[in-house]
Amino acid sequence: MIEVERLTKTYGSTRAIDEVSFTVERGQVLGFLGPNGAGKTTTMRILAGYLPPSSGKARVAGIDVVESSLAARRKIGYLPEHVPLYPEMTVSGYLGFVGSIKRMPAAKKRERLPVVLGQCGLETVARTIIQRLSKGFRQRLGLAQALIHDPEVLILDEPTVGLDPHQIIEVRELVKGLAGTRTIILSTHILPEVEQICDRVVILSRGRVIAEDTPENLTARLKGSTTMRLVVRKAAESEVAAIRALPGVRAVRFTGERMDAVGFEVEAEAEADLAEPLARLALDRGLGLLELSPVGMSLETVFVELTTREAGMDGDRGESGPEAAKIGAAGTTLGAA
Amino acid sequence: MRATLAIAWREFRSYFVSPVAYILIALFLFLTGYFFYSSLIEFVNAAMRAEQQSGMFGGGDSAPMSVNEWVVRPFFYNVAVISLFLVPMITMRLLCEEKKTGTIELLLTSPITELEITIGKFLAGFGLYALMLLGTAAFMGILFAYGQPDPGPILTGYAGLLLLGAASLALGTFVSSLTENPIVAGFTGFVLLLVLWLLHWGAEYATGTTASVLNYLSVVRHFEDPAKGVLDTRNLIFYLSLTVFGLFATMRAIETVRWKG
Repeated sequence: MIEVERLTKTYGSTRAIDEVSFTVERGQVLGFLGPNGAGKTTTMRILAGYLPPSSGKARVAGIDVVESSLAARRKIGYLPEHVPLYPEMTVSGYLGFVGSIKRMPAAKKRERLPVVLGQCGLETVARTIIQRLSKGFRQRLGLAQALIHDPEVLILDEPTVGLDPHQIIEVRELVKGLAGTRTIILSTHILPEVEQICDRVVILSRGRVIAEDTPENLTARLKGSTTMRLVVRKAAESEVAAIRALPGVRAVRFTGERMDAVGFEVEAEAEADLAEPLARLALDRGLGLLELSPVGMSLETVFVELTTREAGMDGDRGESGPEAAKIGAAGTTLGAA
Repeated sequence: MRATLAIAWREFRSYFVSPVAYILIALFLFLTGYFFYSSLIEFVNAAMRAEQQSGMFGGGDSAPMSVNEWVVRPFFYNVAVISLFLVPMITMRLLCEEKKTGTIELLLTSPITELEITIGKFLAGFGLYALMLLGTAAFMGILFAYGQPDPGPILTGYAGLLLLGAASLALGTFVSSLTENPIVAGFTGFVLLLVLWLLHWGAEYATGTTASVLNYLSVVRHFEDPAKGVLDTRNLIFYLSLTVFGLFATMRAIETVRWKG
């Protein structure tokens, strides 16, 4: 339903997002997780047709968001980070206006208005001036405007930010209720939110995708694993198999080959101390050990960042940020080689 | 088209939510009414004097004094000058408010073009301007009730005001699309119109090509014909091309919002 290929957006010399790629299947809910400034908003704005990408492709429902921007925008309901409301309008008046600029026929508007009001719990305030609405109602009205034209795809930028815990639960329930019939991308910097709502998670840090998986797998990977980086002169299949057979090893990933060196990432249970067995294996078999180092798990550092920050906090990044980005970058380049 | 009208209607109504529209209309009608009253009084006095003189000297059948020349033509000039001040106030919020509050993101992610947004905004301002002009029709009604003004120049005068207004509003809309601060938009718009307005002063001291270029660009020179009751396609083309230029520039300025992010 949504295909994003090597999407890049640069502002001068800074890269807001760097070769971001992912896909979302029809009916899935994808969570964008990452600290502030990771590129979540930029990616969503490109998908929604607000910003043009510097390079790369993005398709929504098979329509290119750059080449056929207007057609793509018809398929998308978008809730920006700052809910775009006209304070002097009434709730119904505003939704009617949004319907018009989404090019809905009058009959369709009349039909959708009560549906959306009901879905978002806005019936009681339908005639209220937006200025008088509470933050929670405004956020729900934001969702309602994204839904009014019955779009196949919903893009929600931080739909729960700035709400009190009770309102957060309401909005989450609402989004959960929409899943299945619509394809949804939502961004957040709150880890539990992703676990509750999303089918898949893309973790962004400094404009790069550093992980894409289901929330369950990610949490498992984050919580209970340690990774060693191993670079040797040569390694045959049998040696890789031998590494895989070491106690505690979960996976061995080939990360790349350059000149006369071969790199691997060995992932193991958190308790397993791999350094010695790996070194012995490499020496015994004459692999030509070049490097053996613990990988300061990039996901883990982001995870720490995400769990130590709660909603609404922003400002400077923790010290782990640059390191996470660096490791993420190294992994990407090796993987591409 | 429907989306354009929706944008125009929403914007037009928003004028009346705040006191802005009421203040502008009241101010406009007060000022135009005052000028109308002054020139009417002057006309009446002059007419009475002329009558006394002709009675005294038995001056036969001199041509009657023209209401159009004494009242209608100065009235249109005055309205044109007043709209120079009011148009920037009409246009200053049009796009800069959307940029300031972030609602421009809603417009730019809806399946509508920048042209539709531009035209919608322009129409809202034009609607308010036309409504203000409509208010002055009452003054003309007074003239028709107590005299026999020539309706032709009145019609061309209004046509001229609408054209002049369209051009000024288009330029004001453009200025509004460049900033997020309504005060800046209003003031810059006013200065821009003032410069266009005063170009013919420069033309008086210039010679040759410079003079004719300045004269051609002067907003005032092109208003002289319609105020006198003359319809000329040159003036029509001048005002329309200025309008199109303003709207085109606005459209481009809205597009740059995307590039700045």
